[in-house]
Amino acid sequence: MDYVWAFVIGGGICVIGQLLLSLTRLTPARILVVFVTVGVVLSALGLYEPLVELAGAGATVPLTGFGYSLGKGAIEAVGEKGVIGAFTGGITATAGGIAAAIVFGYLFAMIFTPKTKM
Amino acid sequence: MANKQQKTPEQRRYQQRVNEKMPRSKTLSQCIRAFISGGIICSIGQLVHDIGEKWLMLDEKGVAAFTAIIMVFLGASLTGLGVYDKIGSWSGAGSIVPITGFANSIVSPAMEFKREGFVTGTAAKMFVIAGPVLVYGIGSSVIVGLIYALLRA
Repeated sequence: MDYVWAFVIGGGICVIGQLLLSLTRLTPARILVVFVTVGVVLSALGLYEPLVELAGAGATVPLTGFGYSLGKGAIEAVGEKGVIGAFTGGITATAGGIAAAIVFGYLFAMIFTPKTKM
Repeated sequence: MANKQQKTPEQRRYQQRVNEKMPRSKTLSQCIRAFISGGIICSIGQLVHDIGEKWLMLDEKGVAAFTAIIMVFLGASLTGLGVYDKIGSWSGAGSIVPITGFANSIVSPAMEFKREGFVTGTAAKMFVIAGPVLVYGIGSSVIVGLIYALLRA
């Protein structure tokens, strides 16, 4: 059942992205920025948490989930450490993903060369 | 001639109908593709999540980090192999919106600009798309944290 909800909610979030892509002039880069920011705002309002509980990776794997981790991390850290937590919480909660993106991104860019233009 | 004149408005109306329906049905098929591909990627994410939780016995934060790291690894490696772009041309937003698409947005320009050097090429161009995502994502999370701190005080 976990997988059904992950599929449906994750797919549904991607459909919202596709509608923005097809019906507006937003570029993929702008859509990613919009999604991460919306994720932060929804998590701050407490609206994203129920979606994560329902759909698991269906809500955390789309980029809105990255925003959710950032927002939730900042709020939790403020609860523990006060104002300084607003600055440390977001990146702390997403450190694994960001470090992986930098390391694997660099690594695979070094190993491989672009294939699309052949 | 008369025949042609009779047909033209009809054809025009038909063409109008086609034009009305065409983009919509194209959008519909793109949405279905995005739904299927996005759903599959998130289901793979759920599998990774479950492996972290049930096999590796990670705590909640550990599972979240593990899932993000593995999904980024998959997105980055498939981009390097040239597979992710092929998936992307079929699936549209279904491959852009998940975190694997975030990894793709890093590796693609990093590979592309390798010839411009390791510093101003690869390392700088890695963040052409990911940079704005981090700026607005982290920036808004700090604002949210500050507002929360103010409300608590």
